Amino acid sequence: MSDPADLTISEAGAAMRAGALTSVDLTEAVLQRARVTESELHAFLTLDQAGAKSAAEAADASLAAGDDAGPLHGIPIALKDNMCTKGIETTAASQILSGWVPPYNATVVDRLAAAGAVVVGKTNLDEFAMGSSTENSAYGTTRNPWDTDTVPGGSSGGSAAAVAAGSAMGGFGSDTGGSIRQPAALCGVVGLKPTYGLVSRYGLIAFASSLDQIGPFARSVDDAVVLLEAIAGFDIHDATSIRGEVPNFRGSLNEGVAGLKIGIVTELSTTGIDPEVKAAVSRTVDRLSDAGADVVDVSLPSCEYGLSAYYLIAPAECSANLARFDGVRFGHRAEGLTTEDMMAATRAEGFGPEVIRRILLGTYALSAGYYDAFYGQAQRVRTLIRRQFSAAYEDVDILVSPTSPTTAFPIGDRTADPIAMYYADVCTIPVNLTGDPGISVPVGLDSKGLPIGFQLMAPALGEERLLQVAKVVEDQAVFTDRAALATSEVAS
Amino acid sequence: MTDYEAVIGIETHVELMTDSKMFCGCPVIFGEPPNTTTCPVCLGLPGAMPVPNAKAMEGILKIGTALDCEVAEISYFHRKNYFYPDLPKNYQISQYDVPICHDGSIAIDVDGAPTMIGITRVHMEEDTGKSIHMGGGGRIHDAEYSLLDFNRSGVPLVEIVTEPDIRSADQARAYGAELQRIVRTLGVSDARLEEGSMRFDANISIRPVGQEELGIRAEVKNVNSLRSLQRAVAFEIERQIAHVEAGGTVVQETRHWNEESGKTTSMRSKEESEDYRYFQEPDLVPIEVSAQWRDAIVAGLPELPAAQRARYEALGVDNRVAGVLTSTEGIGELFEEAMEAGGDARLIGNWLSGEVVAWTRNENKAVAEAHLEAAHLVELAGLVADSTLSASAAKQVLGGVLAGEGTPTEVAEARDLVQISDSSVIEAEVDAVLAAQPDAVASIAGGDMKPIGFLVGQVMRATGGKADPKQVSDMIRAKTTS
Ligand SMILES: [Zn+2]
Repeated sequence: MSDPADLTISEAGAAMRAGALTSVDLTEAVLQRARVTESELHAFLTLDQAGAKSAAEAADASLAAGDDAGPLHGIPIALKDNMCTKGIETTAASQILSGWVPPYNATVVDRLAAAGAVVVGKTNLDEFAMGSSTENSAYGTTRNPWDTDTVPGGSSGGSAAAVAAGSAMGGFGSDTGGSIRQPAALCGVVGLKPTYGLVSRYGLIAFASSLDQIGPFARSVDDAVVLLEAIAGFDIHDATSIRGEVPNFRGSLNEGVAGLKIGIVTELSTTGIDPEVKAAVSRTVDRLSDAGADVVDVSLPSCEYGLSAYYLIAPAECSANLARFDGVRFGHRAEGLTTEDMMAATRAEGFGPEVIRRILLGTYALSAGYYDAFYGQAQRVRTLIRRQFSAAYEDVDILVSPTSPTTAFPIGDRTADPIAMYYADVCTIPVNLTGDPGISVPVGLDSKGLPIGFQLMAPALGEERLLQVAKVVEDQAVFTDRAALATSEVAS
Repeated sequence: MTDYEAVIGIETHVELMTDSKMFCGCPVIFGEPPNTTTCPVCLGLPGAMPVPNAKAMEGILKIGTALDCEVAEISYFHRKNYFYPDLPKNYQISQYDVPICHDGSIAIDVDGAPTMIGITRVHMEEDTGKSIHMGGGGRIHDAEYSLLDFNRSGVPLVEIVTEPDIRSADQARAYGAELQRIVRTLGVSDARLEEGSMRFDANISIRPVGQEELGIRAEVKNVNSLRSLQRAVAFEIERQIAHVEAGGTVVQETRHWNEESGKTTSMRSKEESEDYRYFQEPDLVPIEVSAQWRDAIVAGLPELPAAQRARYEALGVDNRVAGVLTSTEGIGELFEEAMEAGGDARLIGNWLSGEVVAWTRNENKAVAEAHLEAAHLVELAGLVADSTLSASAAKQVLGGVLAGEGTPTEVAEARDLVQISDSSVIEAEVDAVLAAQPDAVASIAGGDMKPIGFLVGQVMRATGGKADPKQVSDMIRAKTTS
């Protein structure tokens, strides 16, 4: 048998239930992969080996006792370090939360525990999820397992890299402007941002509350479905979570695309897109057409303002969300002669430059006299984008585009130019503004051997249809390549 | 010299006595050890999210409808951003451009002059924690260190803002008292000023009589009783007038009321007025109030103090007494019960608002602690009606009942206060007094009626208050003027 760390979740689950594999063995294989790759990869901020082992033992015991919690039972997974884990340090990759151990679990963490998942550790991110390369972490950059001189994308770069490298079978990230889909694309894995409100945000350290959404990383669309099922559904602790029955995500998973209408978003697929990415997207679209879909071009002109609107709304919300980091009740505290001095010094020391930049931007955008021109205008653009998307869905079932304008870029390449870095999110931002679901599926490699992601978007709560088409994209692409770090002689 | 007019608006914060806090499940109880009724939400821990308390929304809707407000079908929560150590998130969840209730009014009455005070808005927000500054001067800027208690953090708070319709310190007090009565009648808060569950901030300005334009206002804080509200407003009006008369100009500032000195002092000028950077709270969805919900609230409203007072006045109780009956804890209930049992409204109302309230003050006890039942009041009124007790004897009997000496009849007998019904006994006492006061008798005979009162008093004293003063007076008149 191959290294269990390279199995899909369903394969591992089948092996466990057949008695051919235990959660302890599987978890050990995944931890071994992490021990070998971490020195180069740095996907994890905390690797909880002891906790994972005991959770795996418990999973084996309960399975042996006939208590099967479902497809995630005994499966080792990784969590982005902006989700609160009771008893495990949670830093959001910020100096200001260094050493902070939450007294409570995020709802997602509780749900994963109930589903029998084994948490192997907390993964690296851009500080407070602000960034597109994981270079903004206060604890060092995560590298791309396909080419360690390049970035894994961000902000959920740690989870994406871990899943790609085999140091987790599945992972969870948060997506505010593309922070799941873009690193998934750059790391050659599947990344799903669910409909806003489908997954509880309770216990997710907020960046921009009206945009943040937790979602899974997986090595297959099937695995993404399993991971989503474990966390989706109304939560009494999140007033913005969607009430009612959790929709069925797998009902039409294997039904193909015949008769479906798919729209290529012109504004997200032409200007500024790397030619190799463009070519891969167009091959994918052709294959969808071959598989029976009706493919059309769709123009959504408001998308051109998406990036600008996003970089006002997200910083504005973050300026308030991050106000609580003041040294008074938790986390880092600097010295100061007065309370105000202490708070100011704590924040100046504790936050990195990108976080400070966004807090300043957001504070400015909300200030008296500027609110209407900036925040107010951005909200109007958001409404316009929502309208154009819902009008488009009157006509098509699914919208598609590249996930990222480029493949993984070299470490350090864009750190001096924030605007160039922001541009990495240009294709992914619109569905955060609309609240709709989006997924990135790997569809090939560029000439440098780096993965290319293909983005699919659906109307709110359209996950079933989204996953159905994503599955066809995956099947047609036959993307079987694995990251260099996952295939090197690491397992030995 | 110019005549000035004061223009006053009042902002009131009322803490709702819900079982749990505004946005989390922590209990609302006071007097617990610091930081024991807290959770990730009300401590503002990373990742925690607010969930609105439906009971609190019901409480504010009751207040809004009782103040005759319009209720917004859809209103919004906003974040009010400012840094302060006892504000855990460094923003307060509040309401901004669309409050849940708006455009209402309260009727007040000062010395028989009824006035309507407009209510601009009634909105919902969360309370902050409490800073306790240790050492130094006890204020944040000079303390050695500060301690924080977040037990109060997240307690539902209703803010009620008036139009600048108040014109005097007396009106300010009357408004505060009426609002307190309404809130207590609704049962949504105990509205205790001393304990801070009801707090007033008064915005005060002056302008020459006849001027349309408003003057520059000062905001007075730290007003912890109705009496200090009145005193603080009166002081501030006088201060502003004196200041302007002396050639100065009023500046926009926040002033601190000092109870001991009876003065307001400047806290900070509003020159560097804070920008709260309000924006809609993205962690909460808009508040929707359906027509059914609003109708149910209106239907469930209890009788409000104004209506209650009108009803009492119709029973013959005077305006001032009706005010006391509807605003003193426990008194209104006794009155209602006594009325149901057929007691005399005027007599019982006077006793309750006079002797009984005085007893609670002197004994520093609640009405409930007195040995007084509604049946006692009815019985006592009956004893007066059938002339068993004089009005003054009845008050003494009431004192005995309050002290737990028994029923009115028992007390009257035990204290020997039953009126002398045998007129020959009274006549003997009258004759004795007249014989002892020949000068007074002569004056009356000469047409000066003034000494009659004196003579009645002498007879009352001689009979230990047990004679009927009317009967005594008639008897003296008959004997001295014939
Ligand atoms: Zn709480």
